[in-house]
Amino acid sequence: MSKTRRDFLKLAGACACTVAASQLVGANAHAASAGHGPAVPQPGNQHEHALHGTHWGMVIDTKRFTDPLLVQKCVDACHLTHNVPKIDGPQELKWIWPANYLETFTEHNHYLPDSVEQRSFLLLCNHCENPPCVRVCPTKATFKRGWDGIVQMDMHRCIGCRFCMAACPYGARSFNFHNPRPYIDEAKMNPAYPTRMRGVVEKCTFCVERLAQGLMPACVEASDGAILFGDLDDPASTVRKALASKFTVRRKVSLGTEPSVYYII
Amino acid sequence: MYNAKYIMPGLVIFLGLITFPLWFNVLSCTRYEAPQLALPEDQQECIIDAKVMRAEHMTLLNDWRDKYVRDGEITFTAANGKIYDMSLMNTCMSCHTNKEQFCDSCHTKNSVYPYCWECHIAPRGNQ
Repeated sequence: MSKTRRDFLKLAGACACTVAASQLVGANAHAASAGHGPAVPQPGNQHEHALHGTHWGMVIDTKRFTDPLLVQKCVDACHLTHNVPKIDGPQELKWIWPANYLETFTEHNHYLPDSVEQRSFLLLCNHCENPPCVRVCPTKATFKRGWDGIVQMDMHRCIGCRFCMAACPYGARSFNFHNPRPYIDEAKMNPAYPTRMRGVVEKCTFCVERLAQGLMPACVEASDGAILFGDLDDPASTVRKALASKFTVRRKVSLGTEPSVYYII
Repeated sequence: MYNAKYIMPGLVIFLGLITFPLWFNVLSCTRYEAPQLALPEDQQECIIDAKVMRAEHMTLLNDWRDKYVRDGEITFTAANGKIYDMSLMNTCMSCHTNKEQFCDSCHTKNSVYPYCWECHIAPRGNQ
């Protein structure tokens, strides 16, 4: 059987047309199934009593934090729940910590009332909508959960490069310079939550493990109502009601990270 | 063969040496004995058949880790319909309270040193 050049070109053209047509059909089918925009990821199997939200957020009523004991109670509740070691100095580890006005907000007005300037502001991971830490992480050890907006750490993947610490404009991340175990009070250790190891970065997780069990975050529970937590996408949630009725600010909004933690001043 | 009287004994000695671990084990009659594990007294069944667990627990734990941390999946449904939390510390170790005589006895014997316990807290049942 002999093929002329003309036959060959005809066959090649027909093949090219078939491939192009199948690609077109496939692309159309894919676009139809995806609908508009990318699909929202959904979490896997949960308990029935788990708390559900599509964008968890926090409102901190700073007027209520006049008592240093209440501040300490919230910090301790978090750090004991998550076995955060107690190290003093520049190598300290913190998930939630108090700071004054000048440390909290970058916009400084003159002649502020003393009551505001001396107030304790609880700082923690802001669980940004546009988290710079997630963008820089080379191993995707820190990632934003697509279904509820929490910026989560995957300790097994963290290689301790500390890019995220450099990227976070809120200083919310701490590095384990040492094995943390000797710095945790053995008697107070929470046996239900792991510690970390030397060479990983850690931060607040909005208590994902507690939300999954239907519990509010530890600091919220300890705050006697001074910290509100809820779904920012739900207009009926406590946080949205507080945001609608009180004037609130967020930290360093001009950076475009869109924090999910609001402060009532 | 050229220089066979040197090469052949040399080969025999070489083969003897390289197979030393095999015939030494056969001759000395040391058999591998599976370590005796401390099994939970109050529980009758594991979340998966023990045989499968013995072979696949590391894969299972790795899957659980990915599902729990990255996909927000919290519960594991066993073949009999029972629902468990996917947690090494809170599910596995709540029954297997003796890490030294459960995890370690096998791992040490097989020269496997997983680094679970650098972060995860071993159950207090050890002390």
